[in-house]
Amino acid sequence: MQTLTNRAKLVDRRPMTALERIYLWNILKGMIITFRHIFKKKATINYPEQKRSFSAVFRGVQILNRDEEGRERCTACGLCAVACPAEAITMEGAERLPTEEHLYREEKYAAKYEINMLRCIFCGLCEEACPKDAIYLSQTFAQANYSREGFIYKKEDLLIPHPKENPEAYAKALGERKAKNN
Amino acid sequence: MIDWGILLEKSILILAVVTISLVIAMYATWAERKIAAVIQDRRGPNRAGPFGLLQPVADGLKLFMKEEIIPNASSKFLFIAGPALAMITALMTSAVIPWGPSINLFGRDINLQIADINIGMLYVFGVVSLGVYGIMIGGWASNNKFSLLAAIRGASQMISYELAMGLALIALLMLTGSLRLSVIVSQQSEGMFNWNVMYQPLGFIIFFICALAECNRTPFDLPEAENELNFGYHQEYSSMKLGFYLFAEYINMFISGVVMSTLFFGGYDIPFVNEANWGNAWWVGLVGFGVLMTKALFFVFVFMWIRWTIPRFRYDQLMNLGWKSLIPLSLLNMVITAVVILLLNK
Repeated sequence: MQTLTNRAKLVDRRPMTALERIYLWNILKGMIITFRHIFKKKATINYPEQKRSFSAVFRGVQILNRDEEGRERCTACGLCAVACPAEAITMEGAERLPTEEHLYREEKYAAKYEINMLRCIFCGLCEEACPKDAIYLSQTFAQANYSREGFIYKKEDLLIPHPKENPEAYAKALGERKAKNN
Repeated sequence: MIDWGILLEKSILILAVVTISLVIAMYATWAERKIAAVIQDRRGPNRAGPFGLLQPVADGLKLFMKEEIIPNASSKFLFIAGPALAMITALMTSAVIPWGPSINLFGRDINLQIADINIGMLYVFGVVSLGVYGIMIGGWASNNKFSLLAAIRGASQMISYELAMGLALIALLMLTGSLRLSVIVSQQSEGMFNWNVMYQPLGFIIFFICALAECNRTPFDLPEAENELNFGYHQEYSSMKLGFYLFAEYINMFISGVVMSTLFFGGYDIPFVNEANWGNAWWVGLVGFGVLMTKALFFVFVFMWIRWTIPRFRYDQLMNLGWKSLIPLSLLNMVITAVVILLLNK
């Protein structure tokens, strides 16, 4: 018979030999196998202390980006919300006041920006749609929460730390990601 | 005139033996989980305390905190008596075990055995066969068909395997000529080649298999066959009453390890060392006790090792093995032993 893989094994249906009928010998063989496993390397890692690293293309929770001076990049154009297949993104735009130039990069900004993490499928289409490099998917995943409301991430939850005021946290959040040019 | 010294001595001994049995049973639960884990390439409990050593304390605390449920349809007295009986019978066996050589302390000769009775072996058998009542009463009083089925299975299994166990022991008793456990141990005390396992290897294997069945351990854990009987005879139990049943199993396991090392592996005898001329200082007793513990705990480890290696028998296979293989084998063993003893004129 042609097998699909070379791992397939035919079931041995021969009657048991006298040695197998006594069971003891085969049980002993099995016990030797399990005894060897005692000294094998454990597959489990001690989770909260040790963590497995994600792959470079891992798509985790979204982050709203700032530029080098700490101004929010988002202009509330809505392209991410349109691109989102799960309709997880809601936003409201507002006009920047003259006193707010250090806060927002362009004349229009997102006054409200919410992503429902229960809807999000982490496809990354928002990142692809964004013309301003304002949103990208990070290497972390959404934390467990006690309520459904807790999974609707507000702008405060999504914004990357300020690069000037909190450079360490900013560098940590940025990770190995390079800013795109625009 | 009452000898108050002996009363005190025995009380302390009883207290010590019961406490040690309970502590060992407690840590046997931890060891079981740890051994299961390492055999399956996992880590096992390692959160509560160093190496997870406080895990049994946490488990015990959890069981105490759980809601105690007595089903309305159960017969209440028996429902409570069941786990108590299982626990008592598990602990009672330890009374006749010689835990170490007799020692001299404060000018008194102290025998490290609670009761050195001349029917020691029969006593062990009597108490062990009482153990089936704990399962049977618990299963019946629960008024649950799965519990009852499991209890009936347990009872029939224990009775079947006790027969082969007894027959294996008769061959041993022909050699020793005494039922007194202290005599059986002292007969084996001269080096490793005097151990009864050297003369009765087949008897030991039969005894070991039957001990597995008596303790309801894999591959004979049919009373607890989860996939057929939900949870087994203690399905309706909760809180510490369930804990008693689970605990009794581990005490039984430890005690049967002790009985096996006493009967077949020289009890507190140290192999290749002649400790008879060490006198009877207190530390000799301690060393002997330690040696017996090591042997017993090794058997406990083997019990667990077997559990995480092989699947359980089907019910008909279990009965076939018991009645059609083990009993004829132990009869054969008995006859051969008798003939050899007769020919050698021992």
